[in-house]
Amino acid sequence: MAEIAVNKPATEYRKGFQSGISIAIGYAPIALTFGLLAKTTGLSIGETALMSLLVFAGAAQYISLSLLSLGTGIFEIILTTFIVNIRHFLMSTSLNEKWEDDQIANKAILSFGITDETFSVAAVRDEKVTSGYMLGLISISYSSWVVCSGLGHLIGASLPQTLQESMSVALYAMFVGLLVPSMKKSAKVVFLAALAACFNIIFTLTNALSTGWAIVLATLLSAVIIELIENVKNKQRGQEHE
Amino acid sequence: MSSQMVWMIAGMALVTYIPRLLPFVLFKGKELPGIVQGVLKNVPYATLGALIFPGILFINEDIWFGLLGAGAAFIAAFLGANVIVVVLGSIAVLSVYSFLI
Repeated sequence: MAEIAVNKPATEYRKGFQSGISIAIGYAPIALTFGLLAKTTGLSIGETALMSLLVFAGAAQYISLSLLSLGTGIFEIILTTFIVNIRHFLMSTSLNEKWEDDQIANKAILSFGITDETFSVAAVRDEKVTSGYMLGLISISYSSWVVCSGLGHLIGASLPQTLQESMSVALYAMFVGLLVPSMKKSAKVVFLAALAACFNIIFTLTNALSTGWAIVLATLLSAVIIELIENVKNKQRGQEHE
Repeated sequence: MSSQMVWMIAGMALVTYIPRLLPFVLFKGKELPGIVQGVLKNVPYATLGALIFPGILFINEDIWFGLLGAGAAFIAAFLGANVIVVVLGSIAVLSVYSFLI
């Protein structure tokens, strides 16, 4: 009977894989375009595929292409990549609290696949996150990213203009689809998302910070401010009861 | 493959992997203070807010494109649609919109 209560790795893998389908759909147009741009920037198909295989970070890969075409040095490109991707530190720290696995090696290997999208899907999951679930989630997302990058270079064209434009909404729609169910359940979630959105809009429109830092700072400010407000409220409530 | 490009990709891979990996090593088996745990539990929802805005407004030169896509996604999600339905629904709405204009 105990077996029923414990989620088996195979089931968890399948659940993760299913949760990753919307990521795979969303990655397809972005990766196809990346492959195409990489070709026009002068990367070989091997280099294009290698970058998607080893880096697996959309924004940073796009930025590296535009820096390459500007003739920027390698060191500066690597440094920019680091700054753009430092936000994943925050995401991994948050996910670590929810991800149950005593084997650090599993987490260490799978952490390679933490992106904005895989993090978001895993982090809003109702149940605890397991390594089997992460493996399923990451494997479908990663496959879509790598295969479509290569295809974009190989075919040398992206999707038809209209479809390409419409599909650019995919990942944002996915974020909305992940966020709204929690917003319906809790006012705190509404405030957290709205405050972070406001901060990020301000940072972005004023060009105060680069995209990577803007997201990190907006997220942290919102998460800390709302937590402090809640703590104060809880204390006041506690005093009223005395 | 040019060796310079391979070095660049290897460097990018390393500096991308380190921030993803480090927290799992640094905070392994450590009980973080309650307030920090509270903040970390807030991070996913705050991240989603920051990932959606303002990015969704700039997916096209036509700002209505983003607004319409965001609206369609919010409505579908609010009505309880599955994430994939939200994604495909928004794509469908925008396909119709770009077909009409």
